[in-house]
Parts: sequence; C-alpha cells; structure tokens
Amino acid sequence: MKPAPVKHRFFTPGVIILAVLALNGLIFLAVRFISGLGAVTNLDNNTPWGLWIGVDVAAGVALAAGGFTSAALGHVIHREHYHAIVRPALLTALLGYTFVAFAVCVDIGRFYYIWHPLIMWNGNSALFEVGICVMIYMTVLYIEFLPIVTEKFMGKVNLPGFLETFNEPADKLLRMLNSGLSKTMFIFIIAGVVLSTLHQSSLGTLMVIAGQKMHPLWQTPVLPLLFLLSAIAVGFPMIIFESLIASRSFKMKPEMKILSRLGSMVAPILGVYLAVKIGDMFISDDFKYILKFDVPAWMFMAETGLIIIAFVLFLSKETTRSPGRLFLASSLVIAGVLLNRINNFIVAYKPLYDPVAYFPSFGEISVTVGCIALLVLIYRAVVIYFPVISHK
Amino acid sequence: MKNLNRRDFLKTAALGAAAATLGTKSAKASEKLLSEDRLGVLVDTSVCVGCRHCEWACRLAHNMPSPALDYYSNPTVLKEFRRPDKTALTVVNEFENDKNPNLPIHVKIQCMHCDHPACVSACIVGALTKNEDGSVVWDDGKCIGCRYCMVACQFQIPTYDYDVSIDPHIRKCDFCTERRKEGQLPACVNICPNEALVFGKRSEILRIAKNRTKRKPDIYINHIYGESEIGGTSWVYIAGKDFNELKMPPLGKNPAPGISEAIQHGIFAYFVPPVTLYALLGTIMWVTKRRNESADKDKHDHHSDSHDHHSDSGRDPYRTSGHNTYRDSGHNTYRDSGLSTDKDTKGDNL
Repeated sequence: MKPAPVKHRFFTPGVIILAVLALNGLIFLAVRFISGLGAVTNLDNNTPWGLWIGVDVAAGVALAAGGFTSAALGHVIHREHYHAIVRPALLTALLGYTFVAFAVCVDIGRFYYIWHPLIMWNGNSALFEVGICVMIYMTVLYIEFLPIVTEKFMGKVNLPGFLETFNEPADKLLRMLNSGLSKTMFIFIIAGVVLSTLHQSSLGTLMVIAGQKMHPLWQTPVLPLLFLLSAIAVGFPMIIFESLIASRSFKMKPEMKILSRLGSMVAPILGVYLAVKIGDMFISDDFKYILKFDVPAWMFMAETGLIIIAFVLFLSKETTRSPGRLFLASSLVIAGVLLNRINNFIVAYKPLYDPVAYFPSFGEISVTVGCIALLVLIYRAVVIYFPVISHK
Repeated sequence: MKNLNRRDFLKTAALGAAAATLGTKSAKASEKLLSEDRLGVLVDTSVCVGCRHCEWACRLAHNMPSPALDYYSNPTVLKEFRRPDKTALTVVNEFENDKNPNLPIHVKIQCMHCDHPACVSACIVGALTKNEDGSVVWDDGKCIGCRYCMVACQFQIPTYDYDVSIDPHIRKCDFCTERRKEGQLPACVNICPNEALVFGKRSEILRIAKNRTKRKPDIYINHIYGESEIGGTSWVYIAGKDFNELKMPPLGKNPAPGISEAIQHGIFAYFVPPVTLYALLGTIMWVTKRRNESADKDKHDHHSDSHDHHSDSGRDPYRTSGHNTYRDSGHNTYRDSGLSTDKDTKGDNL
C-alpha cells in the first residue's frame, strides 16, 4: 500500500455545488476589498472580531491540528503503520493553514501590511506569537509537502519544446532536493510539532486579555492549556472524518485498520481535556453561570455536551470498529471543538456598550462557506494529481 | 504576584511557577518605565456643563470634519448615549442627577491613557506605545488593522474605519501629543470654559481630586475613578454618583495585561520551554528510530537476503506474522508466496 494519485474524475454534482458556493464567497470577498470591512460584515466598534476570526482563523487552526498530531505519531514516535494517514493529514494542515493565512489577510484592515509582524515585534502580544508561529509553521508544512512533489516528478520530467534540454538538469535538481529533504526532514518535523504546540496554546491566550469583556464561563487563565488539549483531541477525529469522506467520495475501501487504531487514542485525550475544563470550573466556581440558562449557558452546555457524548462513544470498542459510528463520534468531536472556538471568540465576547448583539452577516457567512468549499475542491484536485492517499 | 487575588493566583500557579515569577518580573519592569512626572487630566463631572466645546476643539486639533460651533449647543444630541467613533475621539454624555434633577451630570469620555495599557500589550506589531509622559499613542506606520487593541481595551475606546478598504485607521485620543510638543495644552483642556478638565502631573491632579472629594463629600462620592482601576489611568474622574451608573466599566485593580503577559512569558520564558520541547522530541525521535532500526536489523539477520525490508516497529503485528510465515515455510516459499512485508508496512518518503 503506497500513496498514489487517486484515479477518479474531478467533476461530480457535489463538486459543482461546492464551486457555486466558492464563487458566491468570492463575490463578497471582492466587495470587502473594494469597500472595506463594514460593507460585508456586521463588525463594528463594539464587536471588532467576528465569524472570520472565530471560525476561519481560530477554528481553522484547531481543525488543522491533525497535521502535527499525526506527524508526532508517525514520525516522532515512529509508529510507521500510521504512515498512510500522515500525507492526507499533512495536506489538510497545509491547506488549512493556507486558508487561515488567507482569512487573516481578509480580516485585517491593512492586508497589505500582513508582513509587518516579521520585522515589527511585540513579545508581550499573544497575537504576535500566534502570527509568527503560524507563518513559520506554514513554511514548514510546505517543506514537508515538497517530497510529495519531487516524488511525483522525479524521473518523469518532460518539458515541452525547446525546454527539453533542461529535462535532465531539472530531474537532477529534483533528486538533489529529494535527498537533501529526506536527510533534513526530521528538523522540520520536530519544528512543526513544537510550533504547533506553541501557537495552538497561544491562540487560547488571545482572549485572556479581553478581561471582563469575556464571559466568565470561558475566561480562565488555563485557556491556553484548554486550546492545546482540544486541538490535540480534534486532530485524529479530523483525520478519521476526512479519510472516511474521501473513501466514500472516491469509492475506496475505508482504511479501518488504521482509523480504528487512531480512534482508540481519542478517548484518553478527550478525557484529559474534559478533566481540565471541568476541574477549572470547580476552581473558578463558574457553575452559577450555567444555572442562568441564558444563551452563553446553553452554548457552553452544547459544546461541552458534544465532547462528553463523543468521549463516551469513543470509550466503546464498538465505535472504533464500525465506520459509521467512528464517523459519527469523530463528527461530534469536530462539532464540539468548532463550537468551542465560536464560543470563545464570538459568544463569550460581551462588548461593554452594545445595543445589538453581533450575529454574522450573510456576506461573512458566504465568505466562510466559500473558503471552505474552495478548500475541499483544492484538496480533491491535489489528491487526484499528487500521491497523497494510500490505497490498494 | 501581590497584585493578583487568590483565585487568580491559584489559576496562574496552575500554569507553572515559571509563569508566575516571570510575570512578576515583567510587571516590575514595566513599572520602572512609568515616569513619576507623567501627566494626567482630572475630569470633574460635577463642574462640566455639557457645552461640548471639547468635542469641537478635538475635531479641529485633529483635522477632523466638524460642524460649526453653534451646532454643539443643540441639547438633543445629549439625549442619546454616544461613544467615540471615526468622527469623534471624545464625546460628552448626559446622566440624571438624583441630587439635583435640574443639573444633569455630564461625562466626557476619551482614551484613559492607562498606566498599564492592554492595547499596548496586545498590539501584534507594537503600533501602540505608552510614552514616558503618560500618553498612549498609535503609530500609523506600523498598524496592520487587526483590531486586537479593540478586543483588549477594557474601556472599549479604540475605533476603526469600517467603511474604507485602503488605509483604515485605528482612532483614539492621542493626548494631543503634537500640540503639547508645541507647548500648548490638549485642545479639550484648553477650550473648557468651566475648567472641568484639570491638566497636570498625574500625582498633582490626584492630589487635587482627593482634596475636592474630601472637602465636599456632599457633592462627590469617595471614589477617584482611574486612580487604581486596572493599575491606574492618566485620566481620572470624580463624580457625585456611582461610576457604574455613569456607564464607566467597573474594573479591578490588576493591570489588564497582567495575566495574559504572565502566561505569554511563561510559555516562552527566554525560549527555554520551546527549545526543551524540541530537544525532547528530537530525543524521542532518535530513540524510536534506533529501536525500529535495530528491530529491522534483527529481521535482516534472520533472513539475510530478504530485500527491501523497511524499518518497522517491533510491536507491529505484520512483522511477527511475516516472520512466522518465513520460519514455518522456508525461505523460498516465503519469497514465492509474495508475502513480502513491504506491501503492508512500507513507509513513505517522509
């Protein structure tokens, strides 16, 4: 079983729907870049951050965590039977982070100054830490992906027309690159894991500074730890989720042997996450806020409930054996973590003076949905062209 | 650590002692930067009559479009609660006076110029700076428009230009830094006809504020807003009514960036934790690789001419099964049967 390009046509009815959604998002994006953030979003001086930061950036980073958890499992702890999932997870992380970086460019007012953090540093800023780590990690991800590109073209370089004479040098260059990469790859793999733990946790530090503008159910100094644990917890479910969808879409047999092994590791991580989350509530005595049964309370219960149900499901061996149940349990973890990020960045943020509570506009939702659709389309195109997915 | 209450302490301690000690260090370091002579303004809400001339002067001083001065005497504007925005860096709001309904209370709002500003701590590129003179100013040349300062500010002061795509600004009171360079007073202080605004050294205006509240307890409540709120602010307020009812946020005494910076410096701590983690992962990688390679070598020893055996964990079931097949049925059978282990366990290039 070796990774190989998937033999399947690109266009299906589903792909066309995704393309329409992507196009719709792009139209609103154009308006944002022509007329400013106010033209498309419901953001204002009371609510400076909305759906794009909460979902596209914060949830995007969390859901791309499969890249570093699988790299740690497959390459750092050398569990090589997991290699089949390393490449798809890497591709997800790569596209995920590219999507995050793009979303940041869309959300920040002066997108043309996106490079400023590279030379203008503020070590006190959690956002600076997140920004720098994400930039470096994205570079690392692209480096980690390079061998897949060299593998695709090595020995097959066939340039058109007069460029033909460069075929051999190009091939040599690819081989050099490939051997250089395989010797140094461990540096990047470890760097990727370290960078991920850093920025996944710092993403949690972000909202700590909002102080009392953040609802006490979420405001806690252990937020960085909770963000890191939930990112680790959602890594494998995300891989399982994607792998099962890809098998279904490309009509391949699901990799149940690997997926159920991955699934069996989810419950302990979720357990640790829940223990810290609920333990922190005892320390900070936050239960009184749940008893208010207002919107934040229900949202908090929803996010925690999803994770608890997923935890219970993953405890049972039955779940890890059946593709359907595995898919359900993994989806619950993903939904729980997604909701957690939405809660932390949107629901928990209570402006001091705001007559109207923020709710994302149609334009904001369109851009987010459009970007996700585009992401899926690019993923599909890449696995059809490059050797990413392992199949018989 | 003195500044944190017990619960915060417990929570912060959970992040590790390193975070806590480093947090204290950084808090001390930023205290040193604060000059004893830093400036401030006392806003005496009992003196302000709500003429809004400060709003007019502020716009003029900052080259912002403004209606003629006559417009500002229109009292209906005061009926709705307003906040600073891209058209005004300062606004005056009116509140009921329970003691004397004929004399409503007027509260001018603008940037408080915190002693430990959350916006300065938060800004990704350091576009916001706390100056020695107490002012907190924004740097047009650095700002990337991420609006994290707006998330961080405990007074919800910075505003953003949502209606432009190119060159949007973060706007807030700049303590008239330019005017003061030329030896002038801040525009609002300068124009205030009733001297509701007192400009001077922060220590001096605090002394005046204490004096007034002590001498006239019938007029003022015993609370100088900004004296200790989130570690102290350059602008301080005195009033005859609870500041909550004047829509000033109730804030504790801890500087807003305290916990966040303690965590941040705890995670980094001169790069010790990341480098340690890197070294640890590197060691694990090396050890597991060696273990796998020795297991692999072991395999090669057993069937010396078997080719293309990839490194594989000793716990892997395929290895054991392949091994048994080989032992039971002999070398040739194994090769011919096509049960090559690399089919199942071949690693990729990474």
